[in-house]
Amino acid sequence: MNKLDSILRIKNNQSVELQKIETLTYADFYSIVLELLKKEENHCVTYFAYRRKDDLQFIIAIADDKNHDIAILSHILKARKKQELNSLTQSIFALHIFEREIYENFGVNFINHPWQKPVRFPHNRADKKLQINDYPFYSIKSEELHEVGVGPIHAGIIEPGHFRFICNGENVLHLEIQLGWQHRGVEQLFLNKKHNLQRNLLAENIAGDTVIGHTTAFAQTMETLANKQISEQLHLERALALELERIAVHTGDIGALCVDAAYHLGANVFGILRTAIINFTQLWCGNRFGKSLVRMGGTHFPFTEDLKIELLQMLAKYEKQFEEMADLTYRLPSVQNRFDFVGTVTKKQAQLVGTVGLSARMSNIVKDIRVSHPNIAYLNFPYQTITLKKGDVFARFLLKKKEIRKSIAWIRNLMEHFQFDNKNTQKPDYQLNLKPNNLAISLVEAWRGEVCHCAITDENGDLSHYKVKDPSMHNWKALELSLRNVEISDFPINNKSYNLSYCGNDL
Amino acid sequence: MIKEAKVIFHNGKQYIPDVRNVKLKAPFRGRPEISNVKVDEQALIDICPLGAISLNPISFDMGKCAFCGECAFAFPEKIKFTQDYKISSNKRENLIVKEGENNFIQFDKEAIRLEVKKTFGKSLKLRQVSAGGDNSCETELGAAGNANFDMNRYGIEFTASPRHADGIVVTGPITENMAGPLRIAYDAIPEPKIFVLCGVDAISGGVFTDSEAIDRSILKDIKVDLFIPGNPSHPLTIVNGLLDLTR
Repeated sequence: MNKLDSILRIKNNQSVELQKIETLTYADFYSIVLELLKKEENHCVTYFAYRRKDDLQFIIAIADDKNHDIAILSHILKARKKQELNSLTQSIFALHIFEREIYENFGVNFINHPWQKPVRFPHNRADKKLQINDYPFYSIKSEELHEVGVGPIHAGIIEPGHFRFICNGENVLHLEIQLGWQHRGVEQLFLNKKHNLQRNLLAENIAGDTVIGHTTAFAQTMETLANKQISEQLHLERALALELERIAVHTGDIGALCVDAAYHLGANVFGILRTAIINFTQLWCGNRFGKSLVRMGGTHFPFTEDLKIELLQMLAKYEKQFEEMADLTYRLPSVQNRFDFVGTVTKKQAQLVGTVGLSARMSNIVKDIRVSHPNIAYLNFPYQTITLKKGDVFARFLLKKKEIRKSIAWIRNLMEHFQFDNKNTQKPDYQLNLKPNNLAISLVEAWRGEVCHCAITDENGDLSHYKVKDPSMHNWKALELSLRNVEISDFPINNKSYNLSYCGNDL
Repeated sequence: MIKEAKVIFHNGKQYIPDVRNVKLKAPFRGRPEISNVKVDEQALIDICPLGAISLNPISFDMGKCAFCGECAFAFPEKIKFTQDYKISSNKRENLIVKEGENNFIQFDKEAIRLEVKKTFGKSLKLRQVSAGGDNSCETELGAAGNANFDMNRYGIEFTASPRHADGIVVTGPITENMAGPLRIAYDAIPEPKIFVLCGVDAISGGVFTDSEAIDRSILKDIKVDLFIPGNPSHPLTIVNGLLDLTR
């Protein structure tokens, strides 16, 4: 118990000197991680390894939703030791993806890992001989069952990924998703690029549908490392952009689900409504996805009182049309029938695989960084999380609608109670000096769930490691589980109800 | 039924009647204009995170530009972004804007293959391949066909199979892992076919240019028919580019 009390804990958007992070023996590391993750309020936000001289340093960050802090633990695997460790995944399945990543990047063998397979075939992987076409799929030798392979290129305007179904007739018994096709070397580029504006652009391009989520996490990480103070107004502007991003993507997703239920009126109207939101973002910063809006240290596009008037007008119109259309769509028996009881993920399953964000909330798990680890914006303007119980496609469909309403209410409250002051704006600052030998972590609740950026600096204050985690990393497994025992023709509605990121996963 | 009719009535006409002449509002950043004002040239070049600005004469390569606008903020008297969204071309060098020459982006009509206009002038079916795209260009390609931009009215649509397609639209910097599948998809399209690069990542690699994880060797032996700049490309840029190429 003593050991648990002496764990280093930091807040979201806080940094810590590397020497303060105690390096434990793997046995201690193992037992403390198990002890922590047994509790429902704790979950792993990132777990990675990086080269420190020849050795491998492991860092795990475990967020505590009750105490609103993050435990940081570490251990070192010496180069001269055998590169293998006892797998944590056999006890805590949610860690499977992190151990797989470390296995793939550094060739560390995790003993008794149930599913030790490559994650994304990065260019700097340990085993260059293994190619993306050699992925070891799970298969069954059976006369009755057949396999269906889909992708990497899909029948639509969508990113690439390979899906392998094992089916009994029309029924799916098992789905395995192989990603990595989108790998662009993002994390390595954060280190290669020396100018902070280039890094800022890179963060913007991690996932084009989560521009604000990722760029905010990046900016907060760098500002934390540089002790750069940000005004409340700037925090609120970023949060406003984040909520607009959420409304836009959720609206688009509802429309996309209508397409798959062959409800064309809904598909078209929700598509139009999404346009209204992203066109407002364009009016604000010149880009429909919010690229160029979030910059480290400040912004070129401060929110103004004039924009406030435009925004409130747009939202009033949006809300009217949205409610009218939603009222029809969500009551339509053919839509309900299509989505109800399909692709259910139970609370137990969701906890097991460690889903985050909307994918967790649809199975009655309260997980929301805005509430559990809020920054100034959400401390001053609190947000109340909503959860649903059923965990099926309809639950995800419904939750998107409910979250849109909540976000609009949050924005209205902000607009009513905050005066945006044009004199109070901060310009971007790319010349930030980062503190040497520090680690900083930033969590942001983007529309899919928590985005986590973690940066480590060397003795000169330059980045020595940069780790990005998109919520999709946790949630792809939930999509696989959703497909168990449903018809293969239900794949599209399941896939769209999650709308997970390929490039965010592949980096 | 009455409720449905009400929804349609309340939403009104949503399509943009003339996609050729839309007035977009600032701060939307389209074609840049470079004035003849003297500035610290080295500082101007250094400000661009993607190396899109070069010297003698000062020129600006939209194929490398992420339209972040940093240059215009630092040198407002030198560089100004207009709201001109018709910035696609069939020639790579036509995407380069030079100092003092404030012309519209040109299409080299002579260079367009005869069969492209003849075959695809009234109907063009495209296959989209994302090869490391970040899902913003992909979303905009989808939006080009929605109720607002309605590209389908010109007979331009995206198809599921390359066998049914007349060409390929690539987004993303072309990752090493997608180079093979992209080649297979391209080969599966029957002749005649077009090859389109959409977005800064596809045209030049963008912020990923120096990454070891990308493989752009496919561009060595395929002739590109259309370059659509942007980060991501605006649906209006996409629709106008495709129209200029095929009719």
